[in-house]
Amino acid sequence: MMSYLIKRVLMLVPVFLAVSVVIFAILHFIPGDPIDNLLKVGSSPQARAEMETRYGLDRPLPVQYAIWLGRVVTGDLGTAIVARRPVADLIAAALPHSLALGGLALLFSSVLGVVLGVVAALNRDGWADRAIMGGVLLGSTMPSFWLGLILMLVFSVGLGWFPVSGARGWSSLVLPVLTIGLGGTALVARITRVSMIEAAGRDFVLLLHAKGLSPLRIQLGTVLRHALIPVVTILALRIGWILGGAVTVEVVFARPGLGTLLIKSLSQHDYPVVQACLLMLAMAVMLGTLLGDILQAVMDPRVRASLS
Amino acid sequence: MSLLQLADVSVSIGQVALLDRISLSVGKGEILGLVGESGSGKSLTALAAMGLLPLIGGRITGGAVAFDGQDMAAMTEVQRRSLRGRRIGFVSQNPMTALDPVTRIGAQIDVVSRLHLGLTRAQARARTVDLLTQLRIPEAATVAEAWPHQLSGGMKQRIVIAMALAGDPDLIIADEPTTALDVTVQAQIIQILGALVRERGLALLLITHDMGVVAQLCDRVAVLYAGRLAEEGPTAPIFAAPGHPYTRALIGCIPTEGMAKGALQGIPGTVPGALAFPSGCRFHPRCPQAQALCRAEAPQGNPACHFPGGADV
Amino acid sequence: MNFPVMKAFRHPIPALSALWLVLVILAAILADLSPYDYDIQALSEAYRSPSAAHWLGTDEFGRDLLTRLIHGARTSLSVSVTAIAISVACGMALGAAAAWFGGWFDRAVTVTVDLTWSFPEILIALILVAIIGPGTTGTMVAIAVAYLAQFTRLTRAQILTLKGETFIEAARSLGAGNTHILTRHLLPNALAPVLVSAMLATGDAIILEATLGFFGLGAQPPVPSWGGMMSAGSALIFKAPWIIIFPGLMVAVTVVAINLAGDALVASLDIKAKLRGPI
Repeated sequence: MMSYLIKRVLMLVPVFLAVSVVIFAILHFIPGDPIDNLLKVGSSPQARAEMETRYGLDRPLPVQYAIWLGRVVTGDLGTAIVARRPVADLIAAALPHSLALGGLALLFSSVLGVVLGVVAALNRDGWADRAIMGGVLLGSTMPSFWLGLILMLVFSVGLGWFPVSGARGWSSLVLPVLTIGLGGTALVARITRVSMIEAAGRDFVLLLHAKGLSPLRIQLGTVLRHALIPVVTILALRIGWILGGAVTVEVVFARPGLGTLLIKSLSQHDYPVVQACLLMLAMAVMLGTLLGDILQAVMDPRVRASLS
Repeated sequence: MSLLQLADVSVSIGQVALLDRISLSVGKGEILGLVGESGSGKSLTALAAMGLLPLIGGRITGGAVAFDGQDMAAMTEVQRRSLRGRRIGFVSQNPMTALDPVTRIGAQIDVVSRLHLGLTRAQARARTVDLLTQLRIPEAATVAEAWPHQLSGGMKQRIVIAMALAGDPDLIIADEPTTALDVTVQAQIIQILGALVRERGLALLLITHDMGVVAQLCDRVAVLYAGRLAEEGPTAPIFAAPGHPYTRALIGCIPTEGMAKGALQGIPGTVPGALAFPSGCRFHPRCPQAQALCRAEAPQGNPACHFPGGADV
Repeated sequence: MNFPVMKAFRHPIPALSALWLVLVILAAILADLSPYDYDIQALSEAYRSPSAAHWLGTDEFGRDLLTRLIHGARTSLSVSVTAIAISVACGMALGAAAAWFGGWFDRAVTVTVDLTWSFPEILIALILVAIIGPGTTGTMVAIAVAYLAQFTRLTRAQILTLKGETFIEAARSLGAGNTHILTRHLLPNALAPVLVSAMLATGDAIILEATLGFFGLGAQPPVPSWGGMMSAGSALIFKAPWIIIFPGLMVAVTVVAINLAGDALVASLDIKAKLRGPI
């Protein structure tokens, strides 16, 4: 298991390199020059060249990449061109907000999604199943920014329960978490239901019935346990989604976070910040897949056996 | 007295009638072989006997299943559940899929004796190890701590048998327990099952499509064809003089020593599906001696044939 | 008619979904017949709540919302459908090639696809639009690329399954060449599941298009799109909530209808429900 872990972590290195090349390359395809944002209208070409030299933008791309990667690995994410602050500071300010929002949304959608999926599977084709799957479908088809705005309209403006926007205190998290969580709930509920139904049809479940165990014990003790394996795997893969997919919701609720930072720096062509944001999200995705693999090994002895 | 008795049991799934007035009985110390090709309704009969038809959306539409003289339809679900695992043990067809892959072997056996016999965790484990040893599994205590994927098919089938025995049952229903196994392992499993009946005085309902196994092991045999009973009775007389042409054909499928080359016969055609059961005697399209009467009218009695013993041909 | 596909729409819910989709598509095609003009401004008529003259009310410039919704259907549908069509075509080609040729090419495609698949579509689309520039073309390309991974994956898996089947072996033993087998046997057989998942993805694409529109990156004014309308409406949500409520409902109802009709198709074509899961 330990050697597998080490091997699995080492496997992330080439993926990380590939991702960093892609991120670096993509950014240089974006038209528009950040220097334009910095120079006063009518500045001399000399001033411009000076500025480019200062940020290393005059060197060949591969050299820029090598310098950038070298710094990233040592933890130096560079200086934001427009914001004129160390990028690491910007990220450090944004990350806790993103993690709080993403983590709570993940928790909310997993708990609610699993519960709804189980209830739907237990009442397969009954009214509860139809109602849950219908509601879940509706929740997943509303654009998240729209859902966020409607929730804001009802609960903040109409009922005055929660603040409209910002990131002061826990109450400001409720609506954003609900908005992101409802979309995720649909996915989790759907997978839980399908895997429960699939697992319930397996041979060994029939044998449990033949052993005289109660149906509820079989469903919650064995069937759910099997159904959770794919659910957990997919949730782990979704970590990147929850952090990155929160972009729209962060903007709607005017919350600080990686998403808002990314959108803002993208529109300002602030390369170093965009690169750092994307790199953070990519790392979250990679850690998610790693976590998914580990959890799968923990939950399924067959996976563990195939590793050693 | 018979332990398990099916009297004119008919079974449907949805609107489709799959079993038609099946009657059989097994008594203590007795082995009943239930034979037929795939699709003849053998497994369905097993589920009906355990009261597990609702799991696959099936129901009994006629007749009655009685266990130890009590009508199972009259019991509550909780009472039926306390029979399963406790008094009726079940051995399934494919040991590769019969065990929960994410639960250790021992725990899967322990659960039965803890539930039905009220044993503590430690007592249940001692009983499990004891059972595994009786089933000639080496290093039983280690095996109890193993995962299913670490065992061979034959070992897994012994584990399934141990699960069936853990509640100290009176009846074992074994649904093609050897079909998925290697030939050498098949013989061992058959031997184990035979020994259980002799040593413990169990009743055994052995579902199989192998007439050779029936001849070797069973006291009585019931032949099922397309959801109907073709013939039922003590093994020796039926093998000596099969009354139903289908029984005769099945016996003709057993390879024997000194058989002339090309003498081994198959049965032409396949078992019809439940949506397309033929009129009259359901075997008539495949029967070498079918007459007009066979197409028109379903035969009654045992053997269920208008021309038993092929007398008129 | 005796097509199994028709059977799927005998039940009321799939039938209603299909009916709604037909209505939306008709509205998109016949948008020019709408009672008002979509960009004629009448400031005296601004911020009217729903009434007999303006069924869904008017926006901040006094434009009829229903008219703009109908024209928005044209933009949103054409962008989403075209994007998914491009995505399906490229994804099938890429997936089929990967499955057919195997080797390093297959590995490269698989790794790339898995990586992009782990990223939220909205991020991929946002970055691509930043590169290409806002507008319908940029949105289209961005959505197409964002969903490319999904169709490549699905086609590859389909072809790999089919590749081992008997009829392919038979065709090969009869002397059929690579191209023949691929275009005449494998792709047609992989088509049904890919098309159904394309239909479901079109629903997601409509949401994605609306989200890009919300960020002001979609169809540029004065051309109406559902996302663009909501973008404008979000600033006015407290003053005139109907401006944002109706386009959002339009998106939600249309995507629900696509999903329900798609589910019915999946059931009738007996395609495993799994294909819609991201497994």
